[in-house]
Amino acid sequence: MGAVTETKGGGFRAWLNKRMPVDQFMADQLTGYYAPKNFNIWYFFGSLALLVFVMQIVTGIFITMHYKVGEATAFNSVEYLMREVPYGWLLRTLHSTGASMFFVVVYLHMARALLYGSYKAPRELLWVIGMLIYFALMAEAFMGYVLPWGNMSFWGAQVIINIFNTIPVVGPDLVEWIRGDYAVADATLNRFFSLHVIALPFLIALLILLHLVALRQVGSNNPDGIEIKENLGPDGKPVDGIPFHPYYTLKDVVGVGLFLTLFAIVVFFAPTFGGLFLEKPNFEPANPMSTPEHIAPTWYFTPYYAILRAIPDQRLGALMFALSVLAFVFLPWLDRAKNKSIRYRGLASKVLLGMFFVVFLVLMWLGLQPAEPAYVLLARICIPLYFAFFILLPFVSKADGNGPVPTRVTYDAH
Amino acid sequence: MRTNNLPVIGALALLLVAATASANEHHATWERQADNEVANLPSLQRGARNFMAYCSGCHSLKYIRYSRVAADLKIADGARDSLLVRPGDKATDYIKASMPAADAQDWFGKQPPDLSLVTRSRGTDWVFNFLTTFYADPASRQTGVNNLQLPGTAMPHVLASLQGVQTLRAADHKEEAHPAADSETDKGEHEAKAPSPFEPGVVGSLTPAQYDEFVRDTVNFLDYVGDPTQLERKSLGVWVVLFLLMFSGIAWMLKKEYWKDVR
Repeated sequence: MGAVTETKGGGFRAWLNKRMPVDQFMADQLTGYYAPKNFNIWYFFGSLALLVFVMQIVTGIFITMHYKVGEATAFNSVEYLMREVPYGWLLRTLHSTGASMFFVVVYLHMARALLYGSYKAPRELLWVIGMLIYFALMAEAFMGYVLPWGNMSFWGAQVIINIFNTIPVVGPDLVEWIRGDYAVADATLNRFFSLHVIALPFLIALLILLHLVALRQVGSNNPDGIEIKENLGPDGKPVDGIPFHPYYTLKDVVGVGLFLTLFAIVVFFAPTFGGLFLEKPNFEPANPMSTPEHIAPTWYFTPYYAILRAIPDQRLGALMFALSVLAFVFLPWLDRAKNKSIRYRGLASKVLLGMFFVVFLVLMWLGLQPAEPAYVLLARICIPLYFAFFILLPFVSKADGNGPVPTRVTYDAH
Repeated sequence: MRTNNLPVIGALALLLVAATASANEHHATWERQADNEVANLPSLQRGARNFMAYCSGCHSLKYIRYSRVAADLKIADGARDSLLVRPGDKATDYIKASMPAADAQDWFGKQPPDLSLVTRSRGTDWVFNFLTTFYADPASRQTGVNNLQLPGTAMPHVLASLQGVQTLRAADHKEEAHPAADSETDKGEHEAKAPSPFEPGVVGSLTPAQYDEFVRDTVNFLDYVGDPTQLERKSLGVWVVLFLLMFSGIAWMLKKEYWKDVR
């Protein structure tokens, strides 16, 4: 990171830089920040996650101008927004699609870290902060889903909040404290609104900032998993690094264009995405007297939901549910390979990770299905395989993740 | 590792297939597809007329105004006021049911649901099948009819004068469910491949084909009411996607130009 000793230009820019280190900041964060030149398609999803976050904030601000929190008004105000506010349908659809797309990019971003060992030293803290963002995002998405006060909002909230009931001793009191009432009701809706539009967005913004600060400290990993900082040229810059700006800013703009194209196709042509992004029962107002045929959370929670549902003992189910989410946090210490990237690991590592990806997707699909015996049985087969990944990883990575790695990154100039 | 894992994955795949197959058996009813086209304006207009004539006595469309329907369906102001708007209502009113809620409770045991979002919560096919599968059932003492799509429904067969009252074949009486026409294979066709479980009883004023068209128009109108911006949305979407593709192309060329320097 080069220090800007002389401020370029005169006039306003010089005036500004005397009072605020604008040029210095740009040099530190963008033009002087060197990133490996061999990023592939997996490296789009970080900047895309940031983009979706900003989109959610902006559309959320405008939706909040029309949304009326409260048992009696919430559902109607969403329909009013969809039907009578000019382009209200667009705001709402951008926001609901954005929620799902946020998870699409975050899951791909996490998968990238698993593929190339991006969580390994010195990036453990970067990974842990990322996981905290993921947890905060799950809470944010869950509470946002409750706000339209449709029937699935209501019953989904019921099921998820009741998970806390299984906590020994304090469970029932805790559930009452979360709901603010003896049942999921107006008080619950009001507090979820407050958390959804104030507390959690602030928390997520703070965590994203910390994520970026930590990233700037350790630098990006890359598909080869080798540290570019260990191979510096005569100018003191990494020989395999290129300035983030203009190279990656421009490349990310291409990613943004293609991503927004897909986003727009969903928003304009398949806003409910076949009932996955907006579930059918949520077009009926919340009704405590009528349970939907099968209660399924939105698709991004279903891998964990399938685990919860497949275990007959409620307390054990809730424990496994929590473990299945939390297990990711420990990856930096479970992975004992010398090499980071899957490219320079043996077949066993590849099979293990491949199995985990397949099991995660199968569980995701299972969580969307009704709780029929065949599905529950399949989920019960998947659960040991899911945890086998975390249990076997220390041994498999130790055994076959130590082969030779190249000294330079793999890159063909175009 | 590999030799241990492959059979497991294979077994998983098999189980998945088995699970899907067994789950499909549960959806076996005599199901047809609505096949309505929401871009078909005359069909929407007929559907609006049908709804006002046969449905709006009991069912409201509380999220849409007469004026919006008239504007979207290109119904002229004169026709709007004489045919669409119920006497006593203003054109800017939401479409309410004529029947008082308390009476509904007395007469049917429950209030007939608002239908603004029925095609979104249940789907167009469901509504189509509901309106076409009423049949005479002496066991139903309230209405004398039952329904294949929603057994035990409180709704009487309001469209009996049009459809007549069909009866369920004797063999089919025992099970509510019927072997399904494979819904994947008969897309685009109005008739399911499985034989109808019904035989004609009391004849109505419309032929079966005419009645299906009548229901299709009505479902089409409800599809529009469920999501009234859908036509505007799709036509705007084409331009947005074209713009974004062009934007991506230009961004890609710019990126390529800069990246020439990277060796």
